[in-house]
Amino acid sequence: MTNLFLRKPLGSPTRADDVQEGGLRSTDLDPDFHRYASRTRGLNASEIRALFAVASRPEVVSLAGGMPDTTALDIDAVAEVTAEVLRTSGAAALQYGGGQGMPELRDRLVEVMAAEHVAAHPDDLVVTVGGQQGLDLLAKLFCDPGDVVVAEGPSYVGALGAFAAYEASVVHVPMDADGLVPEALEERLGRLQAAGRRAKLLYTVPNHQNPAGVSLSVSRRALIVEIAARHDLLIVEDNPYGLLDFKGEVRPSLCSLAPDRVAYVGTLSKIFSPGIRCGWVAAPEAILDKLVLLKEAADLCQSNFTQAVAERWFSSQPWLDQVVAFRERYQERCEAMLAELEASFPDGCSWRAPTGGLFAWVRLPPGVNSGELLARAISARVAYVPGRAFYADGDGAEELRLNFSYATPARIREGVRRLGELLHDELELVRAVYGDDGPMGGLAGGDERPRRRDGGGTTS
Amino acid sequence: MTVARRIAVLAGGLSLEREVSLRSGRRVAEALTDRGHHVRRIDVDDRLVAALAEDDFDVAYLALHGKAGEDGTVQGLLELLDVAFTGPGSVASALAWDKAVMKGLWRRAGLSTPDWVALSSEAVREMGAARALHRVVDRLGLPLVVKPSQGGAAMGVRSVHAADELAAAIVASFSYHSVVLIEQFVHGQEVAVSVVDGSALPPVEVVPKEGSYDFAARYTHGATEFHVPARLDPERLERCRVDAVGAYELAGARHVTRADMIVDSDGVPWLLELDTCPGMTETSLLPMAAAAEGWDFAGLCERIVELAYAGDPPN
Repeated sequence: MTNLFLRKPLGSPTRADDVQEGGLRSTDLDPDFHRYASRTRGLNASEIRALFAVASRPEVVSLAGGMPDTTALDIDAVAEVTAEVLRTSGAAALQYGGGQGMPELRDRLVEVMAAEHVAAHPDDLVVTVGGQQGLDLLAKLFCDPGDVVVAEGPSYVGALGAFAAYEASVVHVPMDADGLVPEALEERLGRLQAAGRRAKLLYTVPNHQNPAGVSLSVSRRALIVEIAARHDLLIVEDNPYGLLDFKGEVRPSLCSLAPDRVAYVGTLSKIFSPGIRCGWVAAPEAILDKLVLLKEAADLCQSNFTQAVAERWFSSQPWLDQVVAFRERYQERCEAMLAELEASFPDGCSWRAPTGGLFAWVRLPPGVNSGELLARAISARVAYVPGRAFYADGDGAEELRLNFSYATPARIREGVRRLGELLHDELELVRAVYGDDGPMGGLAGGDERPRRRDGGGTTS
Repeated sequence: MTVARRIAVLAGGLSLEREVSLRSGRRVAEALTDRGHHVRRIDVDDRLVAALAEDDFDVAYLALHGKAGEDGTVQGLLELLDVAFTGPGSVASALAWDKAVMKGLWRRAGLSTPDWVALSSEAVREMGAARALHRVVDRLGLPLVVKPSQGGAAMGVRSVHAADELAAAIVASFSYHSVVLIEQFVHGQEVAVSVVDGSALPPVEVVPKEGSYDFAARYTHGATEFHVPARLDPERLERCRVDAVGAYELAGARHVTRADMIVDSDGVPWLLELDTCPGMTETSLLPMAAAAEGWDFAGLCERIVELAYAGDPPN
């Protein structure tokens, strides 16, 4: 019986055997090891990744991922739309397309941007495989090894990965309840300048930021744009969650404040479907031309089929009602999470009530390390993402991200309860190990952190 | 090919080593299928007993790593169900699973193992053991290795170079198990000796290209270099083999184990742990040792299956 699905010939696992005199066999399991580009050095197996393999089991309440709840979609309507695409323009949908993306879809994407009061022309857009490919292409276009990108701290892990892939170094700027702190941005840029370095890009998620869950206040937006202009920074504005504000509030985009200085990254992942893999970048013409060339080099073109489905969805369905359905569902789940956090988490933990998006960000008491705690959490059948994932500089050990968009309210409550129990226990252990002075001199008072839900103060 | 067997390959489960186990299981299942056996892969969950009853399996191949798969839990259940399975029985598994217990047995039997202190979270929480931590450093010196007393894949292992790093390492390690082992660090060559049916295979020497043989070094292709047999003189090689067989016998093991040890500059093999469900991934050490012995991967799997089929009762 032959197995057709073997990944490689079985037998000896040794691929680069060097059999020497006396029968000594020296084995390097990867004969290509010396050929890899130096920028890929960090691409190793990781313990945390292995732990997440357990988190995908149904027994575990996963508050780790960032998945929208696609069960909120009208799947029958999606099926109809898809069938219609195949019936009416099947041959074209199953053909290659242009590098910039389907023109009709770009028309619809301009309408999506208009829902957030962002003016754009379909020619200003390139369609990408989710917002993530937009970030990758922008990093590829702008980042030489050693270039500096300024970003919020914490910041979106996928963006950090994209910048790291081109060997840029990310410098974080703290946030507070109103988002990125302008004075801190100014201070970081000044410090860089004093060190003879200059940042090229400011990467920011201004609405319901992933992972911190805060939005940049309206009054700060003009300030941030002004600082960027003064320091000649190009702003990469990543806006996956702008339409997921629980109250439907729309904040002015940085792009609308300074169209010449912003590359705007959008996505249909959170307002329609992540499986459709459809995002876009809107950018000034010169940048856009290069992005289209890079897009063609990367994958020739976006899938015409999924573009046609998306186009039909946004032209024929009440898509804004669907967005409202998503955000109402998330608001209910967010409230369940906040109530359980309040009930279950020990004093010394703090968080802010999100006003939209998918995530809540929690700070833990000193000495409680979210990375180290993950193994125990998985054993207790609950998962989250440790804070360190969201910093390029090793910060975030005492922070963690919780997702409220995917699990049901009851599961969320159960997960947060399990985590709360664990944190009480861990705190007791940390106190017992370090004594009352605490690991950094102050578990039992004298701590400036808010004890409970945090209305203000700095996030990092 | 031997006679075609009906084999249930058990892999996955809910242990922290689920991913590694799935990789081992996939590889074993493919190899055995390729040799013409009837193989079904079973993820270990609350349907396990029912799944095993659905088919008349000759043998259950345990490609499980970590808690519940390696600690005697599954083994005890299979003994109750009267299903033949690969690897040591429930008692041997439970003994070897707890490093503090196993080390105690080795020391009594005169086998070398680095000096250690076992510390439970109860002792810390309820008896103020933190106040005695300085005694650990006084007794064992520095550097130290802190690890969960139960668990594998080098998860939760921390090295301690200064006394003030000890507390954080202990807290980290407690995340993996409620008892931590604080062990003297031994300088030397890292060697793994697999034992199949009571005989030692050629020792494998492990040389991480950078840092220690941690999770990334274990499971990233090319992050580690291996030498088979280990670069030791014949006398020292033989001592490794003898001690590995000694560890196998002391645990009352059967079929297959792998002993991890450090060989110091005097040639003393210091036993660190006995793995009763050795990894079968592409970067694992048992298949490498078997290859040096002239057995291909499928042949190794079949050999283990036949040992289980032959019905050697678990001790």
